Amino acid sequence: MSTLPNQPKLSRRFRLQYEEAQSRWVLLYPEGMVQLNPSAAEILQRCDGVRTVEGIVAELEAAFNAQGIAPEVQALLEEGQRRGWID
Amino acid sequence: MAGSTEPTGTAPAIGQPLWLLAELTYQCPLHCVFCYNPTQHARINDEMSTAQWVDVMQQARKLGAAQLGFSGGEPLLRDDLEELVQEAHRLGYYTNLITSGVGLTPTRAQKLKDAGLDHVQLSFQDSTKELNDFLSHTKTFDLKQRVARLIKQHDWPMVMNCVLHRHNLPHVGKIIEMAVALEAEYLELANTQYYGWAWINRDHLMPTREELQEAEAVVNRFRAEQEGKTGPRTRVLFVVPDYFEERPKACMNGWGSVFLSIAPDGLAMPCHNARDLPGLQLPNVKDTSIAEIWQRSNAFNAFRGDSWMKAPCRTCDERHKDFGGCRCQAFLITGDATEADPVCSKSPHHEKVVQLVKQAPTRRSIPIVFRSDAESRLLHAEPNA
Repeated sequence: MSTLPNQPKLSRRFRLQYEEAQSRWVLLYPEGMVQLNPSAAEILQRCDGVRTVEGIVAELEAAFNAQGIAPEVQALLEEGQRRGWID
Repeated sequence: MAGSTEPTGTAPAIGQPLWLLAELTYQCPLHCVFCYNPTQHARINDEMSTAQWVDVMQQARKLGAAQLGFSGGEPLLRDDLEELVQEAHRLGYYTNLITSGVGLTPTRAQKLKDAGLDHVQLSFQDSTKELNDFLSHTKTFDLKQRVARLIKQHDWPMVMNCVLHRHNLPHVGKIIEMAVALEAEYLELANTQYYGWAWINRDHLMPTREELQEAEAVVNRFRAEQEGKTGPRTRVLFVVPDYFEERPKACMNGWGSVFLSIAPDGLAMPCHNARDLPGLQLPNVKDTSIAEIWQRSNAFNAFRGDSWMKAPCRTCDERHKDFGGCRCQAFLITGDATEADPVCSKSPHHEKVVQLVKQAPTRRSIPIVFRSDAESRLLHAEPNA
């Protein structure tokens, strides 16, 4: 199943930001903060409404010399969509 | 004081003050009967300067603070609010204006937008003009509707906050409808927490269990209808009415864990109601650094970890889940801030909470007290003054 947009975009209702004091990326939103693990942060940084899901996967596989990460990317994006992070 | 015997608990790990609450002023044009501000607010009038607030924000940001709420009182009464928001934005805070809406004119809204304000939490007292205006003792209902539209015009995510009690619990369905119509992203239905003015007025505010259950059923029906809907929607948060629970709330996510509140006069508190706790010696940002306050002050360490706990908390397997509940509530109801929150059915004082609920309807001949400077002075008159 996939109702994900082909070109996922981080919702303007969330702010993705690197927190120096925590040494990690977080999502900030009204009265909340999601502390992201490194792979979630890498994926969400690329959700700009221009890159495609396939493009994000390819880019991450090249950048981290990894293979077969499509299911992980898909799962994170679906989770993000469910939680309103992704438009 | 706390935990002076048998230090068998784990040493408290000191985290980061991720949430900074800046209570800029205790002054407020509203007179809400359930306000949680300290009832002695009228005697606290040495408000900090712009430069002092800027310094607080800079220090806290370095320590990890990321969420920043500008609150009060009514923060819009400070004419340096725009300046503070601008500095907060520059520092990388996610900024929240917690307001009654009074003073949010189109001009100021534009200035706050330009300064980088991230979102607005707007309070409402009810879905009806009559009750809204009665409970706040002001004619503000229409103004709040206008302000809500203004907030949306500026594309801010809007949290609508409505404090619930026996007078408006039957209107929860209408309150939700109003929030949806005003396109609020979040509706916080905050069952009254009994501190400050709400504690004084508790008998007038206390609902019955049935009233609460009916309201919660309405909320659950709305949530079920929203399930699977796409597009913009209103998320409803239902803050639990803890007097009716068997276990306490995880107050402040644990004392000195993530939350740092600074009062108008610079008093630093692990909880915005901690001013009244005896023996705490709360530090002040005017003479002590935030790092010192957060890491080393006695007040912030008083209830960190679990070594301060008494029975039944000390050996309870839920103590790292609810942290013993609320210290202020323990003090208000048992007279001892180191007791378990008496909301907990394991507390030897739990019956006191049951009685507070049960006796409320029989105690309504006591007049309701609207929050005001005059009432504040009456309640906290200097002896022999």
